[in-house]
Amino acid sequence: MPEGTKVTFRVSRGDAQSSEFKDYTTEVTAGMVVLDAIHQIQAESAPDLACRWNCKAGKCGSCSAEINGMPKLMCMTRMDTIDTTQPVTVEPMRTFPRIRDLVTNVSWNYEVKKKIKPFKPRKPDAEDGSWRMHQEDVERSQEFRKCIECFLCQDVCHVLRDHHKHAEFAGPRFLIHTAQLEMHPLDTEDRLEQLKDEQNIGYCNITKCCTKVCPEHITITDNAIIPLKERIVDEFYDPLTKLFRIFKPKKKG
Amino acid sequence: MSNFTTHEFDVIVIGAGGAGLRAAIEASAQGVSVGLICKSLLGKAHTVMAEGGMAAAIGNVDDRDNWRVHFSDTMRGGQYLNNPRMAELHAKEAPDRVRELEAWGALFDRTKDGKILQRNFGGHRYPRLAHVGDRTGLEMIRTLQDYGIHQGIEVFMEHTVTRLLMDGDRVAGAFGYDRELGRFRVFRAGAVVLATGGIGRAFKITSNSWEYTGDGHALAYNVGAELVDMEFVQFHPTGMVWPPSVKGILVTEGVRGEGGRLVNKDGRRFMFDDIPDLYKNQTATDPEEGWRYVTGDKNANRPPELLTRDHVARCIVREVREGRGSPHGGVFLDIAWIKEKLPNAEEHIKKKLPSMYHQFKQLANVDITKEPMEVGPTTHYVMGGVRVDGDTQMSNVPGLFAAGEVAGGLHGANRLGGNSLSDLVVFGKRAGEYAAAFAKDKGRGALDESQVNDAATEALSPFDRPSGENPYTIQHDLQDMMQERVGIVRTEAEMAAAVDALGGLRQRAAGAGVVGNREYNPGWHTALDLANLLTVSEAVARCGLDRQESRGAHFREDFPAKDEGHAHHNTIVSRGDDGSMRVRREARNPLPEELDAIIKEMG
Ligand SMILES: Cc1cc2nc3c(=O)[nH]c(=O)nc-3n(C[C@H](O)[C@H](O)[C@H](O)COP(=O)(O)OP(=O)(O)OC[C@H]3O[C@@H](n4cnc5c(N)ncnc54)[C@H](O)[C@@H]3O)c2cc1C
Ligand code: SF4
Ligand code: SF4
Ligand code: FES
Repeated sequence: MPEGTKVTFRVSRGDAQSSEFKDYTTEVTAGMVVLDAIHQIQAESAPDLACRWNCKAGKCGSCSAEINGMPKLMCMTRMDTIDTTQPVTVEPMRTFPRIRDLVTNVSWNYEVKKKIKPFKPRKPDAEDGSWRMHQEDVERSQEFRKCIECFLCQDVCHVLRDHHKHAEFAGPRFLIHTAQLEMHPLDTEDRLEQLKDEQNIGYCNITKCCTKVCPEHITITDNAIIPLKERIVDEFYDPLTKLFRIFKPKKKG
Repeated sequence: MSNFTTHEFDVIVIGAGGAGLRAAIEASAQGVSVGLICKSLLGKAHTVMAEGGMAAAIGNVDDRDNWRVHFSDTMRGGQYLNNPRMAELHAKEAPDRVRELEAWGALFDRTKDGKILQRNFGGHRYPRLAHVGDRTGLEMIRTLQDYGIHQGIEVFMEHTVTRLLMDGDRVAGAFGYDRELGRFRVFRAGAVVLATGGIGRAFKITSNSWEYTGDGHALAYNVGAELVDMEFVQFHPTGMVWPPSVKGILVTEGVRGEGGRLVNKDGRRFMFDDIPDLYKNQTATDPEEGWRYVTGDKNANRPPELLTRDHVARCIVREVREGRGSPHGGVFLDIAWIKEKLPNAEEHIKKKLPSMYHQFKQLANVDITKEPMEVGPTTHYVMGGVRVDGDTQMSNVPGLFAAGEVAGGLHGANRLGGNSLSDLVVFGKRAGEYAAAFAKDKGRGALDESQVNDAATEALSPFDRPSGENPYTIQHDLQDMMQERVGIVRTEAEMAAAVDALGGLRQRAAGAGVVGNREYNPGWHTALDLANLLTVSEAVARCGLDRQESRGAHFREDFPAKDEGHAHHNTIVSRGDDGSMRVRREARNPLPEELDAIIKEMG
């Protein structure tokens, strides 16, 4: 893409009731990302164009949108990775109700999290109230704790996007949140029943779409969802374990 | 009368970064009702961006470390203008606050024997920063958030406070709007904790987000609270410089902590050329000793790349000005060189600095395991802030507390890296505790409807001028002006010109107009933030003029040396009865004998 090209952005504007695409043309220079273009459009021609952002460096998970139909962080999508001979479409995440323009109402996510049983540590290992944990043991949970809560995985998951199971299904973001707690070396809580009956992990049919869009490259499906599903099978459906449970009520890994 | 909803709490906390969350958790633990208000969604505050780590003298990596060393490092870094009581409490309490985060679920990187691992950072004598790779702030905010949501705190996300409400001398609450629909809200409270962060958006090149418009500083100032040390703005030595759209984005000091070296275009490691006297006996004499230090040799001194930020930033400016900079006006920061020392260097870098690796790869097409980065100074942090009591965090306005970046005092003339995250939890906790006590003791003040109506009229005024000037243009002009005139190298003439220019910008801001309606309208939000940016910019410029010397982060080309005559006072800003800004000097807080002895002993 040559220096200083004029590019047209087709931005979805509107609110929960109605919306339309509007075209804005702005100059794109070296190294620019989509969020820069949106800011330039605000400054030049549409000061009331609503979008969220904070860090501009892929750390806060605020600027999620659908760029040419692909769920992405606007601040990490470089213009030179996009075909600019066609208008570039920018739309809000579709899985959540729109507030205005590119801003959606994501409050449902916060409610889902609140229902998950919180962290409950075992007694400290040392007198000063601290614990001993080894690096290899904390790494499993650390992978999931990288999550920046951009909700792009929620956006793309068909259970939410197409089947609107928000009331029953927690979505990949909160399955990894639960995985993070379940695999936390200090945690003593048991969330398997919750996973099965409230979060309905069973709705996930392992399409891996969530893993593909995660900007933090968290292997959501393989490292979190599948192991959790296996634990549930062990815990609730395997007759041997069931028998075993009578004698050993709680099992944690 | 304007239309608004009223919410009543014992304590409201404005800001949901590390400081605000910790304050809200503590106030709630004291059994009072708490409302927590923030401009962004929960978990998106600036704290989420912190990378390198959180300083606490736990002594897991080097058992010679203790609170006394941390205290003296902090005072030395701040050039002794710090409030010594705050530096003392901070050093003493940070270890407990780190352990508490672990008890709430945080997973820090570990030492071989399973304890919390600590890393080197500039100005800290021993490895002191608890961290998680280079995403420590995310770990902190998520831990506090996930714990906080179960403590009965009521959260108002995407709400902006535009004014504090008073009952006589004491604070009685706050007025603001919700960003979603632009509805007005009144929060009536017994005590108010400000935890709004910094002012970095007053400058063009900054690592700070749109939120950092100095709201808390201005809110406090407008109701009579004093600000302290506002001349001290930290320019972090290493921000990205290329491509232009990412200019200013932070490159963590952790890169240097892991052995990264700064070189100019001639390949010279220029930091060895200028080592300040105050640090001579703590700094490595050659690159070999520096490398031994970063790899844990207890007998080695730290490499000069890990000198304090003010000094490193100025050395970079010098190299660039004298024509030895990199192609895009910075210098080179090289971590790839460690492959000469480590067989698995590439993996090591990706593991220790994963987000830096991605940031450069994705935004600049640079693979930091193979090539050097280009870096230059970026506006990062404001040491100055609301002047508070060291123990309680209360300002001179009864019932108004401040904690975190918005509060002044702990860092003096220059903050050490890693001392902010620890500051947030140490003083966030204290502010929450004392705010709760104040509210229990004094109850709620009376609401004065005329103040509410005033605030509402003021907030709506940009809508009366649909053809007024675009607020973004005014903001950009302000940022350009401050960057040029009150930036990293300052002079009398430039700062005086800045004060003049601010007058003109103030007039333009009064004529800023907005289009559209009140629903999630960023143009409107930007117009309302302008007044705060102007207030803090004026404070920085006026205090900078008054301090006719160079100290810490404040560098005057016309007074390039430290001056004993300025060594013993802090600069205080307050609002005069006529509304004009007053600047005065006040003798710095006395240093109690036992603390003085520690400083002398640590040399
Ligand atoms: C890129 C980067 C890396 C950093 N790395 C480190 C590090 O490694 N170690 C370290 O110690 N420090 C680091 N810092 C500094 C540190 O992150 C900040 O100083 C610290 O997080 C500030 O925390 P806080 O709680 O004071 O405010 P913030 O986390 O900024 O929170 C401010 C809150 O106030 C709210 N707010 C502001 N104005 C209003 C208003 N008018 N109405 C309502 N709410 C309002 C905001 O919405 C937000 O919730 C770094 C900073 C940056 C930018
Ligand atoms: S793998 Fe499961 S959670 Fe992920 S997108 Fe597919 S169905 Fe949704
Ligand atoms: S798991 Fe990945 S995609 Fe999902 S919210 Fe977290 S960071 Fe975003
Ligand atoms: S702005 Fe923070 S992730 Fe894009």
